[in-house]
Amino acid sequence: MSETTDTFVPKPSLPPPSGSVGITYWVRSRLFDGPVNSLLTLGAIWLLASTLIPLIDWAVIEAHFIGTDPNLCRTGGACWLFVDERLRFFVYGFYPDGQLWRVNLVLGAAVLAIGYLAIPNLPGKRWVVPAAIVGLPVLTILFMHGGVFGLPIVATDQWSGLTLTLVLSVVGIVAALPLGIVLALGRRSQMPAVRIICVVFIEVWRGVPLISVLFMASVMLPLFLPEGMQFSKVLRAMIGIVMFESAYMAEVVRGGLQAIPRGQFEAAAALGLGYWRTMALVVLPQALKLVIPGIVNTFIALFKDTTLVLIIGLFDVLATIHATIVDPEWPDIAPEGYIFAAMVFWVFCFGMSRYSQALERKLHTGHKRN
Amino acid sequence: MSETQQAPKTLPADVVIEIAAMNKWYGSFHVLKDINLRVRRGERIVICGPSGSGKSTMIRCINRLEEHQAGDIVVDGVTLNADLKNIEHVRREVGMVFQHFNLFPHLTVLENCCLAPIWVRKIPRAQAEETAMNYLQRVKIPEQALKYPGQLSGGQQQRVAIARSLCMNPRVMLFDEPTSALDPEMIKEVLDVMVELAEEGMTMLCVTHEMGFARKVADRVIFMDAGQIVEEAAPEEFFNNPKSDRTKLFLSQILDH
Repeated sequence: MSETTDTFVPKPSLPPPSGSVGITYWVRSRLFDGPVNSLLTLGAIWLLASTLIPLIDWAVIEAHFIGTDPNLCRTGGACWLFVDERLRFFVYGFYPDGQLWRVNLVLGAAVLAIGYLAIPNLPGKRWVVPAAIVGLPVLTILFMHGGVFGLPIVATDQWSGLTLTLVLSVVGIVAALPLGIVLALGRRSQMPAVRIICVVFIEVWRGVPLISVLFMASVMLPLFLPEGMQFSKVLRAMIGIVMFESAYMAEVVRGGLQAIPRGQFEAAAALGLGYWRTMALVVLPQALKLVIPGIVNTFIALFKDTTLVLIIGLFDVLATIHATIVDPEWPDIAPEGYIFAAMVFWVFCFGMSRYSQALERKLHTGHKRN
Repeated sequence: MSETQQAPKTLPADVVIEIAAMNKWYGSFHVLKDINLRVRRGERIVICGPSGSGKSTMIRCINRLEEHQAGDIVVDGVTLNADLKNIEHVRREVGMVFQHFNLFPHLTVLENCCLAPIWVRKIPRAQAEETAMNYLQRVKIPEQALKYPGQLSGGQQQRVAIARSLCMNPRVMLFDEPTSALDPEMIKEVLDVMVELAEEGMTMLCVTHEMGFARKVADRVIFMDAGQIVEEAAPEEFFNNPKSDRTKLFLSQILDH
């Protein structure tokens, strides 16, 4: 053994060799690294140009935005003034003209609540959530349906357009998630009776197309109900959608529950937490976080599935657009109508998708992702 | 005292755990055979043996993470049976540290420590946090209190797990191979904490292969093989003068290299 010890000094980190970073490197390596890829790149550029340029020309440059006269649209590109003219009908449908403020009040409250929850780091969120879950349905019933405060009743048959789409999907989303969680827990329960009931519920509802669920809700259900007992068609559709989507949600949540290692259950048990506290405090927060993409996927599917209420005679936003584009006063405006419908749905779905990604980032507690 | 506190026979007052003629099967596999063990308050017991010998299963029976099919287990005066009340009572009084830490990854270190005191013991949050910081101080990581488990090293995570158990103020601590999943450089920091805990008089049952730890703190060493307790002796006796040839073979294999 020698008397002196060597001091260990790590070598300094060096920059990467030149020419392996930067934009020209990226373009060369990704788009033009060889004759075949260069050809493919040029071909793709040509294809994009030959389709996008006419589309932009039609939708923006040659299009009509201002005015009210249908005859303006006899020539040129897209006729957006049609959308502008009929926007009221698309949003409120058959809701009576003088009463629209009631819808606006409810939608405004919903936008405020969701906006408040979407902005990070605001205080008191734990009170906003239950307030919104209790308050919004109450507001909806009091104001949109009416019958109190001297407001004339607007029957749910008259709820239509985007309003109906939003009511159906918000109710569906808010009810299907908790119901789905309960079903998922039930399906993994140790108690045979609970497990069997949940399995049967999930498999029955999941195995039936939503269209037939809606048909049954609208046509068959009234046959089985005692005379004099009646639900409105909207409520029946709502129940059908909630049952159907909660079965899907249950399977998404179950996927998350199965991904939680046994050690988490054991650690919670060893600390003396009972079943419900283990689930609520330890397992579900982790499981739900894991399946946020699946949950949002189901939400988005639910939102788009609400268009199916068209077939039982309810007028959602797509149905109002569908009914309007056959108006003989206007030239052929089907493309504009359907593009507008697609944009409306896309905006909402994309919003949900972005929010879910932000939520995932916020809840990420491990090492930073690559 | 609640109704759950019924001891079958009269036990000496300082007996914390009494295991009598306990048997357990996994299906038709007889995993624990006729286990008898009495642990007195303040005793430190190290359990060793080859893998598959049933040592982990045995200590997991003590807080009913595993169910035994025959015999009696009495912990803190309460008989472990299918009664959930009894099980919950025992789990409140018995802390456990796992091989893979099993911290809750969605909660900070401090929240991990406060969860059970707040929800099980119903201690006010501020007081629970104070106690938690106290124990984090004792396992020498108070500065990590607001980090998440995923941001800590294995050794730090295991020390948090020990602090989390201590926050429930348990009467007994069970350690299930607490250093087996750790890098060699981190084993010592965990063992140091355990030695300190032992010196403070905590009743401990520890499944481990750390023979140095056994020599240093154990009152008794228990050697298990094939689901049975083969030998039970003070460490001095156990290491220098083992009686069973099975124990001799085991010791020669883990000590001679």
